[in-house]
Amino acid sequence: MKKEVILATKGLSKYFLEPVKFKVLDDVSFEVMKGEFLTIVGKSGSGKSTLLYCLSTMDTDYEGELLISNQRITGQKADTLASIRNEKIGFVFQFHYLLPEFSCLKNVMIPALKLGEHSYEEIEEKAYEKLNILGLADQALKDASKLSGGQQQRVAIARALINEPDIIMGDEPTGNLDSKNTAIVFDIFQQIAQDYGQTIIAVTHDNDFAKASHRTIEMADGKIISHQKIFE
Amino acid sequence: MRLKVNYDIAFTHILTRKKQTLVAAMGVTVGIALYIFSNSIVSGVSSYTKLNMFKTIPHIRIHKEDEISKSLIATDSTTFNLISNPKITTTSKTIINPYGLIDQLKKQPYVLNAAPQVNVDLFYSSGKSQLKGMASGIDVQAADAMFNITSTMLAGNLENLSSDLNGIVIGRGIAEKLNLRMGDNLSIISSLGVSKVLKVIGVFATDNRATDDSKSYIHLATAQQLIGGNPTSVTDIYVKLSNPDSSGVYAPRLQQLTQYKVEDWQIENADQLAQSKLTGTMTPLISFSIMLVASFGIYNIINMTITQKMNDIAILKANGFKGKDIIKIFLTEAFIMGAFGTLLGVSIGAILVYIAKGIYVGPPVGYFPVRFDASIFISGIFFGLFVSLGAGYFPARKAAKIDPVDIFRK
Repeated sequence: MKKEVILATKGLSKYFLEPVKFKVLDDVSFEVMKGEFLTIVGKSGSGKSTLLYCLSTMDTDYEGELLISNQRITGQKADTLASIRNEKIGFVFQFHYLLPEFSCLKNVMIPALKLGEHSYEEIEEKAYEKLNILGLADQALKDASKLSGGQQQRVAIARALINEPDIIMGDEPTGNLDSKNTAIVFDIFQQIAQDYGQTIIAVTHDNDFAKASHRTIEMADGKIISHQKIFE
Repeated sequence: MRLKVNYDIAFTHILTRKKQTLVAAMGVTVGIALYIFSNSIVSGVSSYTKLNMFKTIPHIRIHKEDEISKSLIATDSTTFNLISNPKITTTSKTIINPYGLIDQLKKQPYVLNAAPQVNVDLFYSSGKSQLKGMASGIDVQAADAMFNITSTMLAGNLENLSSDLNGIVIGRGIAEKLNLRMGDNLSIISSLGVSKVLKVIGVFATDNRATDDSKSYIHLATAQQLIGGNPTSVTDIYVKLSNPDSSGVYAPRLQQLTQYKVEDWQIENADQLAQSKLTGTMTPLISFSIMLVASFGIYNIINMTITQKMNDIAILKANGFKGKDIIKIFLTEAFIMGAFGTLLGVSIGAILVYIAKGIYVGPPVGYFPVRFDASIFISGIFFGLFVSLGAGYFPARKAAKIDPVDIFRK
């Protein structure tokens, strides 16, 4: 089966100016295939999170080039980038970041409501379905703030999936979870990559998590030091 | 119909922080209530003052001005004036063909009414006491239509004057000072030396002391006798306009109809107008400062909401909300607070005006002169909403500029 490139970077470099000028990303180039489960590992300060935020289109202050689905992302306007994120990228963060005043269901629905491609009822049904996949159907109408950490993280994953994005990005998605919940999140990620052909890019310092992914990029001092390919 | 997601988020924010919304709205409420109340008072008082003024003075007065004698020969640098000490040469103060002019005036579309009047300076005397004053010889129906003299009558009937050449209607002050009652005789001596004895057939009170102490109304023909004139002698023509506030526009147009002096009430009463203009400027200024303070309430609450919701804003942006979506969300919140506060403020303002309207402050004013004016309420609503949106915009713009990466990396 021929692999399709979904995301690519060409010579990505970035500097931090504070407190002193410091090259946090140094000429990073790599490609991510469609349906790949990629993890990025590295010591603290190696630039792995910075790299992820550049890939996420939220950080635009870098040198080099970023392409998603062969579309040049570098240099696009903020509003265009917001639309790209809405449509093509789903996010899962370490601290699950749900909107506390809304029900779980509404939290999952919000990106789809923003996209506005389906009717409210359709979106509601879809959100319910996603929550069901993640085993949270019975919690759907509870306020997001009333759920446990593991449950909240699963709601966040459901939210990341709602618009059926090409890429799901995770910043330490299991960093704040116990081993049981980590295992659940990991299973979900694998399932997503395998069953739905969605790409996953996750930053992690959990070696078990990284080992189980298709490929692990290891970073140090802003450079990629290994492309350990487990799955070809 | 479902709300769009931006509005949905705004409403949820509002509903989950009702207390803060209420506090912010209260500021606007107080501001708008005071705005409406103070402007209604100013509007009421100024219209009362004007109304009171127009009980005695006309919108436009046409009369003959004194002329100063001119040099007999043309003056230029090479000649001398033949008359070196010019004097006033007016021999008669009457207007020639006054009824022709009145007919002409009445044809103007902006003129409601025009009436002849003969004003005579005179002394009232009763026994040994004398009082200086002025009598106006009036065409009763026309003058009453213009000044609504009937409404100021304390005793007697103005109508009787139209058939009574020997009757006089005097101001309350004159009646008090000369100790006159209805039916008493009163001698008057005009400035030209003509004297007459008239019977008091009415007393009026305009509540303007200077007027009540000196003015009286007599039959037009009696006044014509007092100035030694004939039955067509008229010294003044009073004009009532449909819109007294634009007298400054109409006076020059009327001036083109006649050679006599056309005087507009605004110029005659410039001092009083200046005063009301001053209060007219001060009130909006004061209400504006109140609204400014109220707007800080909204600004603070929105600002606080944004500071507390940094994470939420970052997550919305990560999920594809644009800067303008964020602005829309917080502007909607400011608008809801402002609209709620304005609505409440307008209601309280209306109640205050209604209460004030019922307060009796005693003569000469009567009930508190406050006016229900739709334009004040409408401008209050716009003012409240505009200020709220303005106060919400600045923090909203700040929220739109939040960089989600900064938040997530903390």
